Amino acid sequence: MLQRCEACGAFAYPAREACPACLSAGLAFVDAPRRGALLAETTARVPSDVYFRERAPWRIGLVKMDCGPTMVAHLHADCVEGAPVVMSFQLDKSGQAVAFARPEGETPNMADDRQWREMTADPKFRRVLVTNGRSVIGQEAVAALKAAGAKTVFVGVAEPWRPFAGEQLLRGQQGIEVVTLDASDEKSTADLAADIGGKVDILVNTTEYVRPGGLLDRRGTSIARDEIDQAYLGFINLAQAFGPAMRMRGADGVSSSAAWVNILSVHALANWPAFGAYSASQAACLSLSHCLRAELRPGGVKLLNLFTGPVDTEWFQTVPPPKVAPRAVAQAIVSGLKGGLEEMYVGDVAEEIRQRLAVNPKALERELDR
Amino acid sequence: MTNSLRTPYDGIVMAAPVTIPYARYSIESAQWWIGRALSAVVAKAGIKASDIDGLCVSSFTMGNDSGIGLTQHFGLCVRWLDTIPLGGASAIAALRKAARAVQAHDADIVACVAGDTNHVDSFRLTLENFSRFNQDAVYPYGAGGANASFALIARNYMRTFGVTREDVGRIAVAQRANALRNPHALMKTPLTIEQYLAARPISDPIHLFDCVMPCAGAEAFLVMRDETATSLGLPAARLLSTIERHNAFADDSMQLRGGWAMDIGELYAMAGVKPDDLDIVQTYDDYPVITMMQFEDLGFCAKGEGAAFVRQHDLTIEGDFPHNTSGGQLSAGQAGAAGAYLGLVEGLRQVLGEAGPTQVKNAKLGLAAGFGMINYDRGLASGAAIFAGPAR
Repeated sequence: MLQRCEACGAFAYPAREACPACLSAGLAFVDAPRRGALLAETTARVPSDVYFRERAPWRIGLVKMDCGPTMVAHLHADCVEGAPVVMSFQLDKSGQAVAFARPEGETPNMADDRQWREMTADPKFRRVLVTNGRSVIGQEAVAALKAAGAKTVFVGVAEPWRPFAGEQLLRGQQGIEVVTLDASDEKSTADLAADIGGKVDILVNTTEYVRPGGLLDRRGTSIARDEIDQAYLGFINLAQAFGPAMRMRGADGVSSSAAWVNILSVHALANWPAFGAYSASQAACLSLSHCLRAELRPGGVKLLNLFTGPVDTEWFQTVPPPKVAPRAVAQAIVSGLKGGLEEMYVGDVAEEIRQRLAVNPKALERELDR
Repeated sequence: MTNSLRTPYDGIVMAAPVTIPYARYSIESAQWWIGRALSAVVAKAGIKASDIDGLCVSSFTMGNDSGIGLTQHFGLCVRWLDTIPLGGASAIAALRKAARAVQAHDADIVACVAGDTNHVDSFRLTLENFSRFNQDAVYPYGAGGANASFALIARNYMRTFGVTREDVGRIAVAQRANALRNPHALMKTPLTIEQYLAARPISDPIHLFDCVMPCAGAEAFLVMRDETATSLGLPAARLLSTIERHNAFADDSMQLRGGWAMDIGELYAMAGVKPDDLDIVQTYDDYPVITMMQFEDLGFCAKGEGAAFVRQHDLTIEGDFPHNTSGGQLSAGQAGAAGAYLGLVEGLRQVLGEAGPTQVKNAKLGLAAGFGMINYDRGLASGAAIFAGPAR
């Protein structure tokens, strides 16, 4: 995203309030062509900022964008002066969007670049905790993370003596460790954190507790209480048990702790009365996630929220398609981590709600009431 | 040669150049340093502080003060006041404004002063808060101030014109030789080209001796009409011409030239002199490669021939091209905004024949240049002045 003048079409960078070509104030951020050429590079060996001093030598360069502006950028190690590069904005450890230049084509082990990994939360070489292995999403997440090169995937299962579908996918597999975890139980989360808390680089919160219904067709608060216990208080238990160690390990070498992932219903953003109380529990989790993101930031640990529409699982059986395949959620987790993102919308329903919310939130509220 | 349509600086002079000896670190404030410079300039001119009716200040570290607050701080009552935040171009800009003010009788005696302190953390704090573009689009890249930004400019310049580190190093080595004669220079040991080349890299191709030493210090001089100087019995240097330019050549994708190149014709035309006529040259040397660029852009050689120029000339005090005679910022130290003044103040001492141990014999005609404010990817401001001593 770069600013582009609505009057004369010129691109501008760094961000400003008036177009340097025509002084128009109409500068909108748009998706800009990503290609540029590396004009010059330098390796900073003794930066004055403590973060970079710790990580020196650090390579940066000046990139002339095909669309006009020149940009200071962090460089992938395979970038060569004079050659084309592809630019993206990445969130650095402080949560600031910074320009990153990669070579135009693929190069061997491209994602393993030291400076690139600093901007992302790539699961490769890292240890991951998937909190709920009983769910299909949890099982797909385990498989996708393993395929992405995670060193170890711990997978939480509550009451592990009770058999469950897909159990054979988790037990006895190289690099997958089934651990006892009931996120809604404070003692269970604390016990597991005492055991593996210092080894969790990425935590994928796959807590799933979906029940239909809103307010008037339910009696009492028992279901709502379960929803809060599982989703909201479960989130708190996990955060308090694993968050502090993750925050402390944010700079722990090249495979430091890197990210926290939540899978949230997109109806956290706009209530869906058919699943109204569930939507509210998700909204609570969303709000809490922003708090956790802020609290993890000093350690350089990212928080990724994945918003999904109804997933193709048993609790959404009565909901007509389109529904999101659990595998698509799992793949989104991996691609979000690889890209170092803070937010992703998975599936058509989630994407539609994102767009409609931006255009007309009141209309969306009315139309969800159907 | 270009003809200048500008009003000549007839009868405008500069006097009483003073330097408050630099200190690597100081627990004093910028206001203290500026106060010392004002006190020294008043003492040197033999005037009272109340005779100063115009004030122009530059500083990076005076907090929320500007010139107005300083008038009360120092007990000055002025009728002309300016605060110039142009970094390395501040001295030339101050001189230009002050000259026109006294020429128009808006003021009679303008004190131009720059001073900065350097606490152990000042430099880093200045970097962090330098400018908005810098905060947005440079600081988050670990550039750590100007080093990495100038490294990119230096690398591109050196590659484009086939300049070696040894070529650039000649400038730094010659300035160190000059600094050894300046008792107030912070650098007090000789520097050989071998040592220069063997220095540790800071941000390739910038190595240790390409970098200035941030420090505390202050510089000042007075601007007045020649009849004022005569009535005070003050030796004074005549201002012959000036140029100033900001954000020049914005379409150059990288900086290979500064704004001087845009205005050089006028600089010499207004002064009525040629580059060859100059006895001393004081460039703005935040990095020696920027000095090399100035040799080209100020007309001492053609673009791309800066390296050959430094190979062919001796840049020391006794040499055929006396340059940055105090040791410059590279060897005397960079006292923040006073770094902009260092060359001009030393140049004035030279043409007034009062430079003492760094005096160039028969120096009558001098040039001082300024450069500054690497807001984002390039130095935005450039300026230069030509002035003559009473002997010319």
